[in-house]
Amino acid sequence: MSFLFDGLLQAIQLLIHGDGETYSAVSATLRVSTYSMATSLLIGIPSGFLLGHHDFLWKKHIRTIVDTLMSLPTVLVGLLVYAFLTSRGPLGEYGLLFTLEGIAIGQTILALPIVIALTATAVESIDDKLRVTLISLGADKKQVFYSTIWEARYGLLAAGMNAYGRVLTEVGIAMMVGGNIKWHTRTITTAIALETNKGQFEMGIALGLILMAIAGIVNFSLSFLRNRS
Amino acid sequence: MKRYVFITLLTIIAAFLIFSGSTAFSSDAKRLRMATTTSTDDTGLLDYLKPYFVKETGIDIQWIATGTGKALKLGENCDADVLLVHAPGLEKKFVADGFGTSRNVVMYNDFVMIGPASDPAGVKGNRVKEALNAVSSKKMKFISRGDKSGTHQAEMNLWKSSGLPVPDKESWYIQAGQGMLTTIQMAAEQNGYTLTDRGTYIKHEDTMKGNPPLKILVEGDDLLKNIYSVIVVNQAKCPNVKPDLAKAFSNWMSMPSTQKLITGFKLSGKQLFFVSSK
Repeated sequence: MSFLFDGLLQAIQLLIHGDGETYSAVSATLRVSTYSMATSLLIGIPSGFLLGHHDFLWKKHIRTIVDTLMSLPTVLVGLLVYAFLTSRGPLGEYGLLFTLEGIAIGQTILALPIVIALTATAVESIDDKLRVTLISLGADKKQVFYSTIWEARYGLLAAGMNAYGRVLTEVGIAMMVGGNIKWHTRTITTAIALETNKGQFEMGIALGLILMAIAGIVNFSLSFLRNRS
Repeated sequence: MKRYVFITLLTIIAAFLIFSGSTAFSSDAKRLRMATTTSTDDTGLLDYLKPYFVKETGIDIQWIATGTGKALKLGENCDADVLLVHAPGLEKKFVADGFGTSRNVVMYNDFVMIGPASDPAGVKGNRVKEALNAVSSKKMKFISRGDKSGTHQAEMNLWKSSGLPVPDKESWYIQAGQGMLTTIQMAAEQNGYTLTDRGTYIKHEDTMKGNPPLKILVEGDDLLKNIYSVIVVNQAKCPNVKPDLAKAFSNWMSMPSTQKLITGFKLSGKQLFFVSSK
């Protein structure tokens, strides 16, 4: 039991003393989650809008597939991405295996279904009168898109936070595609796995708390923005 | 107002991306990538050797520490330039199949069988064959790596050489599927026996401040030798690998000065790896 409290102390020490390894893992985690979140929001919000706003053939089935993909196991994504990025794989020539960019590809695949599905739900939940009003006021397609997205912003925020939570805490992709290379692709989560394997539980707890702190900061800033607007 | 906040946020994200992206595709001509077993990394040996290697050769080295089985697989898939592994049987097959060009034995230590100090199976001081037979006939808990690592490979060979089938489905035989240190911890939690390399055991002893719950019970048998080799991945199969850097590493590991460094690597005053006296 005592390692829980020791872990808390160690977390504070690591941050105060500016432990190089910890900061390297924090920076890797922030970079890789920023890449994957930016990409998945960029692709996911328009796709989610299409899925929520328009009616088309097979829409229900696509929706079910997207919902199912929300529970993709991270290790499976890791293996799939590895299969493409390995030197023998179709994308091997780009040298993306064991890089942060490689991890970001996998995490984007992980986050995308969440962003799409929750965006679609948020867009669907908006009163249909908005669309009718907008069109009757002479809004073009672009304006309808922007206004709807704007009205659905809290739902989108929830989608983003949900996806961010998944990306920030996953370990399967980062381990398989990143390789847990010290100073390069070691993220907070792979470092936790490593320290735990080494029996250094205090260090594992400390890193876990640091990860929670990052999630806390992000969520506080977002809810601050939300209350401001 | 709202939109300004939103745009500001986007700008910050974009700036962060551009800033952090600048290092993404930096040149890596002088970077050697190694796949290795967990014991060389968990014990801290590689962290200890790296600065010397970088200083003496000007080559940067990165490693992926995993079981020997996966390390060999990474070599087969051309995802590593060089391997530092410990499963002689599999290694010879790897080279024979043309995936590696050379196999260079660089150091060794030994496997030990550890178990509770009370030793319910009564194996202390026995040879491996008697010890495994005792564990098996008394159905004592035995924790196996179960992950195709070098240690797991060695363990399966030991069952065979003791005239026993690998007890795959026995209830007392627990296949952890985890790294060595985790497996030792599982064995400690369950008061069971397990096979470990001595280096990792010393590391565990060191973490436990010199008083681990499991003690070394069987050691010194010839069957327990644990040999580490460096294998250069074959460029003929993998055009993208860097055999020059890999050979430089392989040679460096055999140099008298490096061998002296390996001998000098100690935890709690105990030597972890030994070098061949050839």
